[in-house]
Amino acid sequence: MTAAPTPRQGSRPVAVVSFAQAPNVRRDTAHNEVELLMPVITEVLGAVGITKDDLGFICSGSTDYLVGGPFSFVGALDAVGVWPPKSESHVEMDAAWALYEAWVRLQEDDVDTALVYGFGKSSMGDLGKILALQLDPYTMAPLWPDPVSLAALQARALLDRGLATERDFAEVAARSRRSALDNPKAQVAEDRTADELLGDDYVVAPLRRHSLPPLTDGAAAIVLAAGERAFELCERPAWITGIDHRVETHAVGARDLTASPSTAKAAEVAGVSAGPVEVAELHAAFAPQELILRRALGLSADPTGNGSTVVNPSGGPLAANALMAGGLIRIGEAAARIAGGTAGRVVAHATSGPVLQQNLVAVLEGA
Amino acid sequence: MVIEGEQGRERSGMSGAGDEVLTAEHVLEYPYSRSVGPAIGAFLAGLRDGRLIGCRASGGRVVVPPTEYDPETAEATGELVEVGPEGTVTTWAWVTDPAPQHPLDHPFAWVLVVPDGADTAMLHVLDAGLPEAVATGMRVRPDFRPADERVGSIADLRAFVPTAPAAGQVPKAATTVAATRPDSGAVTAVDTPIRLDYHFTAGTAATPYLRGLAEGRFVGQRCPVCKKVYIPPRGSCPTDGVATEGAEVLAGTGTVTTYCVVNVPFAGQSIEIPYICAQVLLDGADISFMALIQEIPAAEVRMGLRVEAVWVSPEERGPTMASVKYFRPSGEPDADYESYRAYL
Repeated sequence: MTAAPTPRQGSRPVAVVSFAQAPNVRRDTAHNEVELLMPVITEVLGAVGITKDDLGFICSGSTDYLVGGPFSFVGALDAVGVWPPKSESHVEMDAAWALYEAWVRLQEDDVDTALVYGFGKSSMGDLGKILALQLDPYTMAPLWPDPVSLAALQARALLDRGLATERDFAEVAARSRRSALDNPKAQVAEDRTADELLGDDYVVAPLRRHSLPPLTDGAAAIVLAAGERAFELCERPAWITGIDHRVETHAVGARDLTASPSTAKAAEVAGVSAGPVEVAELHAAFAPQELILRRALGLSADPTGNGSTVVNPSGGPLAANALMAGGLIRIGEAAARIAGGTAGRVVAHATSGPVLQQNLVAVLEGA
Repeated sequence: MVIEGEQGRERSGMSGAGDEVLTAEHVLEYPYSRSVGPAIGAFLAGLRDGRLIGCRASGGRVVVPPTEYDPETAEATGELVEVGPEGTVTTWAWVTDPAPQHPLDHPFAWVLVVPDGADTAMLHVLDAGLPEAVATGMRVRPDFRPADERVGSIADLRAFVPTAPAAGQVPKAATTVAATRPDSGAVTAVDTPIRLDYHFTAGTAATPYLRGLAEGRFVGQRCPVCKKVYIPPRGSCPTDGVATEGAEVLAGTGTVTTYCVVNVPFAGQSIEIPYICAQVLLDGADISFMALIQEIPAAEVRMGLRVEAVWVSPEERGPTMASVKYFRPSGEPDADYESYRAYL
């Protein structure tokens, strides 16, 4: 039997063995959160031939502000069926952080498998207002700066410091939407050139429409397995050989928005530069953020490949941006390259908070 | 108004009964009143007094808005300082169509401004008329609301505005100040009301239930694995984690499994106290739900009491639990404890 690669952190190798996601759509008018999640969980467990009764741990990521009701994550557990009582936890963050918690939990050898899931329906409320509420409640939130406006401030800083051009933004968007043509779960997929996209109107200048992510209703789930259990469940487990997350100050005005030191630090700890990165799935909801993240991760400038790193072959968040699941989807999409045998070493990134405040980086490898 | 990029595809579907899934508007409003602490309190008091206040942090850096701890080193911050009032724009974003909640109702720029003497930027809006009038590096000054309208809030600063061009202008250094002017009080709290509007989807399972209520019927769903009947159905069996199925029409009769007597008045109460709030297990259901019991003295309500639903008139019924007025004794003998013991 092949051995799992030695992880940089932790004492026990843990792998992604299964990944599933709901179709990403602008508006799902038919299903509540439980109904959105249930087929995803059925699929992710069924793909590796296990049931909820085989799970040692369950962890989810979601936010009640999207749902408009308290403790919505408790109701969402009905999609799993937690009887007899299960060991379970939840983070009010993107489910990539739920995966981190599950990875930590699996370092103890009394459990071998964990289910991680995240869900978010952006269509039910006004994200422009909901996401303003994650800001400083005394000096920022009362002004209601929406996430597009904050990303536009970040984009302008890149432009005015000569670190990027508007064409760079358009090229990120054009490449992402073209890659999404191969992703049946993507929401926005199209073959338009950067030149065409540069004809888009400004939504909040300097961001044109193409640099914004779509508003998405979606959900995703991953099964993690530790040690030998991963090989039992999956032909090619995607081993998490490095994982770390770092946060920067909550004060947006005290940060250099053109850089992402928290991503760089997490990448250093996770060991991104210790080997070639064939694929990187980056949680860059706005096109300019991909440029910041590539620099912070030390990835090559040419994201289309040619012997260097292919960035967001799934289309990334510009093709589908399910809040609270989008970061987990980056890990799932990266792992899928290992499982599919098309890559041997990949990087996944997830972000949380305003304009890349908190960042998680994972390195996944085949055996 | 929703600010968004490309929309892409949608996903619609039919309820379990084959008709359109119900949706409803839902509003959440919170009248938050927040304690602000000494640093933010000084900043807000400064705005009320028409000046910008920061604090000295690690290495002598001046942070604005001030914090109690250095955003990078987490060391306690030092003395309060007055900064600005003029400052320099470090980045900006142009809003052509302001949302109703935005500070200005006409096109404006979001700006990060480093006030003179400060080492960090603060977020606010710039009222400059046209985007052509805005540039990174431009000089701006605060435009405060009239003194009698200022309350100690970030909105006391109406907006930044461009400064008149003046040759040889020298940025002022930060100067140490007392926390608040002796003639005006401290700011200890700030009101930050929020309102969020939602567009709810009932989902495929709950829609037939809600439509049933409009017709004076209880419609549940059955789990294909454990065969239990859930009402209201939420789309899944919480035990087995699979989709519930079918349309189980239940009788309007059931059993009180447990209850309490409500004697406490509260805001928004619509029923006279004391009243009975009970868990009712409908005949044929495997889960009880909360219901009001009327037409019986509170002291006579008991576990095992048999009850029946009393509906509002057909014209008043709708896809809501308000279609059920309450439950009342049905006159049948009490249910045997064993018949509902498993549902307590």
